[in-house]
Amino acid sequence: MTEENIIVSVEAKFPQLKGLMRLPRPRRIFVDVQPEDFRNIINFCREELGFISLSTITGLDELDRFSFIYHLSREDGILINIKIQAEKTLPQIHTITDIFVAAEMYERELEDLLGVKVIGLKEGRRYPLPDSWPKDDHPLRKDWKMKVE
Amino acid sequence: MHDSHDVRIPVGPQHPALKEPESFIITLRGEKITSVNIKLGYNHRGIEKACEERSYVQDLYLIERICGICSHSHSTCFAQAVEEIAGVDIPPRAKYIRTLIAELERVHSHLLWLGVAGHEVGFDTLLMYTWRDREVVMDLLADITGNRVNYGINTLGGVRRDVSPDQAKAVLKALDILKKQTDYYVEIATKENTLINRLSGVGVLKHEDAVRLGAVGPTARASGVNSDVRKDDPYAAYGELDFKVITDNHEDVYGRTLVRVGELYESYKIIRQVIERMPEGPLTQKFPRKVPIGEASSRYEAPRGEDFHYVKSNGSEKPERVKVRAPTLANIQSVAHMLEDRYLADMPIVIAAIDPCFSCTDRMVSLKKDKQHKECLTWGELRKYSIAWHKEHGFDPDVLNLKYQRGLKS
Repeated sequence: MTEENIIVSVEAKFPQLKGLMRLPRPRRIFVDVQPEDFRNIINFCREELGFISLSTITGLDELDRFSFIYHLSREDGILINIKIQAEKTLPQIHTITDIFVAAEMYERELEDLLGVKVIGLKEGRRYPLPDSWPKDDHPLRKDWKMKVE
Repeated sequence: MHDSHDVRIPVGPQHPALKEPESFIITLRGEKITSVNIKLGYNHRGIEKACEERSYVQDLYLIERICGICSHSHSTCFAQAVEEIAGVDIPPRAKYIRTLIAELERVHSHLLWLGVAGHEVGFDTLLMYTWRDREVVMDLLADITGNRVNYGINTLGGVRRDVSPDQAKAVLKALDILKKQTDYYVEIATKENTLINRLSGVGVLKHEDAVRLGAVGPTARASGVNSDVRKDDPYAAYGELDFKVITDNHEDVYGRTLVRVGELYESYKIIRQVIERMPEGPLTQKFPRKVPIGEASSRYEAPRGEDFHYVKSNGSEKPERVKVRAPTLANIQSVAHMLEDRYLADMPIVIAAIDPCFSCTDRMVSLKKDKQHKECLTWGELRKYSIAWHKEHGFDPDVLNLKYQRGLKS
């Protein structure tokens, strides 16, 4: 399956993505999707298109909003980067741990470093900040500055 | 479900088998582990945040220090992402030199692992052999790059040092020595029943679990997952070189041993090709101080598995965002799975088998028998306990050690 085939398959299943998928270089697909669609798209990529591995999830503070990129890869090296956005005022996203078990640590990282609520993520020990770190202090936010006492 | 027979053992956060200190809270029933609770992040240094406040070149050196063993992996992975955004194609000779250092790094890392694995099961002669041979590679790295670790060979747009004809000759000579030694390790790994029996069926990770839990690198390949970024998503000079992806279907620590030993041969093959085919030409391509707006996802097959970097630029001389995912994090859920329903005595080798970096500091394990009685074991004592337990059950590393020491003399 080539990158072009993958793009055609995704667009056929999700017509709202028509023309939005980018292929800046071989084996790299980028696409921005709506938060209400993203779990279906990720599930489709895994079940139907062979994206069996989740490389990681990147969280970005883009000043007026948060963005999250889910990096999924196939065994032949094609990587799809699926990006969603969340409101800054009420940052929350849904978990994908039911689709990719491996997402657990990556989602905990988003909760700790960016302060986004991951709905559906099971209870567990925080990662990567220490247990004593304040619950409302998220160092990867752009307005976070080192506090010197 | 806990009952009165369950014992909870906190292992860590100060822990020897890991490049990052980690905490494993293990629940035991008798000798068997019933559940594992893992807490990570004790060595979180805020490098991603720090990268946002430094220039790309400064970041390259900072990122090289994420890991002391696969430092070249991280710096190359980052450099590739930034070069992709800037649209800079590095010169062919630089690609070959990056590949050379990458494979030398893999060889020293795998030899280090083989020694650690031997040590964890009490076969210390193997540790002495492999770490002696590893020095051959370390000397090459020091000679070519100027450093034993944190080589500093990369720069944005290429590499900082050339490989002279004399150095190339020294590499080929060293390959002959290493190949001979590796033949010997293969003989041990494939013919020595005591070792085979000790490692077989330990730390089992079924193929479907390896895929489900997102395992990477030799850990995944020993469960039959045919994935290697060098082959699947070629970078540097790998697309032009001939090598095989080593997989195995043992799905246990023994399989992981075979994969790593097999990969040593492939690395020798790659290194020989790199030396023979290295094109002449410049080492660097001019690189802009300010990187244009863009983003890139970069992947790299580190000795422990897929290393992943995402870089986003904003047009300035500092990145907007740098995201790093090292292979150990991807393998950690597999470790928890491998430990469940297995013997406590297998814990050191199972954890070591995903190849986390080893710290030489001795660590503490405390056994909480009940509220009144507390027993403390250092990691050394836990290791001794593990060796003694297996001696009682038929695996005697002393016999192996003696046998190979005799072999060394003859």
